[in-house]
Amino acid sequence: MIEVIKTGLFSSIQDKGRFGFENFGVPISGSMDQFSYAHSNKLLNNKDNDAVLEITMTGPELKFHEKTKICITGADISPKLNNKSIGLNFIHFVEKGDVLSFGKIKYGIRSYIGIKGGFLTTDVMGSRSMCLNVTNSFRIKKGEFLKFKPITEIKKNSYVSEIENFDHFKNFKIKVYKGPEFNKLSENQKNKIFKKEFTISNYNNRMAYQLNEILENKLKPIISSLVMQGTVQLTPSGKLIILMRDNQTCGGYPRILQLSESSINTLSQKYYGNKIMFEII
Amino acid sequence: MNLYNLKYKMFGERSILIEWPQEINNNILQNILSFKNELKKIYCGKIYAKNSYNSLLVSFPNKINTSNTIFKIDSIYKKLKYVKKQIYKCWEIPVCYEIEFGKDLIFLKKQLSIDIDEIILLHTSNEYKVFNIGFLPGFLYLGGLNKKIHYPRKNKPDLYIEKGSVGIGGGQTGIYPNESPGGWNIIGKTPIELFNSEKKRPCFINPGDNIKFTPISKKKFSLIKNLVEADEYKIKKTMIND
Repeated sequence: MIEVIKTGLFSSIQDKGRFGFENFGVPISGSMDQFSYAHSNKLLNNKDNDAVLEITMTGPELKFHEKTKICITGADISPKLNNKSIGLNFIHFVEKGDVLSFGKIKYGIRSYIGIKGGFLTTDVMGSRSMCLNVTNSFRIKKGEFLKFKPITEIKKNSYVSEIENFDHFKNFKIKVYKGPEFNKLSENQKNKIFKKEFTISNYNNRMAYQLNEILENKLKPIISSLVMQGTVQLTPSGKLIILMRDNQTCGGYPRILQLSESSINTLSQKYYGNKIMFEII
Repeated sequence: MNLYNLKYKMFGERSILIEWPQEINNNILQNILSFKNELKKIYCGKIYAKNSYNSLLVSFPNKINTSNTIFKIDSIYKKLKYVKKQIYKCWEIPVCYEIEFGKDLIFLKKQLSIDIDEIILLHTSNEYKVFNIGFLPGFLYLGGLNKKIHYPRKNKPDLYIEKGSVGIGGGQTGIYPNESPGGWNIIGKTPIELFNSEKKRPCFINPGDNIKFTPISKKKFSLIKNLVEADEYKIKKTMIND
């Protein structure tokens, strides 16, 4: 078990996602940055759908009540084990009583705490991903105990793995395909969208990222239609909304672009004030 | 089954969006749902498909070759004319239309100049078609609301609407499956749970099904609510053939 001493800004259990219930209005959810998430499970030699703890900007403080191995990937939020800095993309042995905490953000905003065998929190409809209106809680709570299967292995030296791809964090080019309503845009709009820099607004979360700049818009809303993770919608006011992992399954705004899978991961490490540019594939 | 002129569009790197004519009607819905079922059958669970009023989104686990995939799924569509129509269900949803639960009934009565009894009668006499489930888990997009009780949604949404509330928003009626903020005019409340993630089938209603609201008293409301909580309430259903 892991005891949650402090929750951090927003920490939730996530895996690959909850598939097969989208036609009942259930979001797929899952780790925002699937790339860093997969990396953690890979290094731990876990199953590729094992659950991790996704933490955002301000990390939690966690106390281990059993022995295990962990691996932290994604953003660098200065992880510390018993107040001593530890590396990312490393396997660390954790003893009973050890405390994991975090410090300043160095790059990215979402970090993944993978654990040997994955977190064994409640499975809801085939997934452990926490999500509003689907699971009992949508984030971890103070005082909560998170289950996992302890290991019996004897401590070895921590070992380093392949270094994570830093481009993933530096990259500000978001690769997109044309969305179903792209061709309804005016030539002027089409030009602008690939030449302009866009800034991430303070409305950014697991559901969607809104961008600050306005793309002058005369398109009418469409009949409520299907959207997915990475769909870019153009609202009547000209704001762009990029749907993320906990997205609603349908919406009535024109769908002008669709992010590539890897660009959804890239975007999920960006936050308020960061600049991005769209690049057509 | 009649076939339509479909538009296939690439949507991202592993999905195809299939579009039907942009109108809302039952024939199109039946056509979409039959195609969806056929695709799921043929790809045996390897794809994910969801539908809306006029479209179907088919997603594959990995990157696809768009033109090959479109060719393949279109040939499946062409064979759809030999597929039998599916049978759907009509679910009876009990609703208590007391003022206590329908906090906007008095407002609607004034705005529409229709007595509350008449509003309830108009709301409960039609069967509604479930076109789509989305927005919130278990939120039904229903077609078939009587024009006399259409009323625009609120400009400023209410911050808190109770789970099970039944409302009118423009030309649509629906049930809030969970407590949430919302802009619809609330006329009643159902004790039935439209979505429960702990159940084997979290949402018992499927797109294509019908629902019918039946008025119940406050007493009956608490009775049913207790049964629902004990997982002992059987929702009435009939088979539909339309």
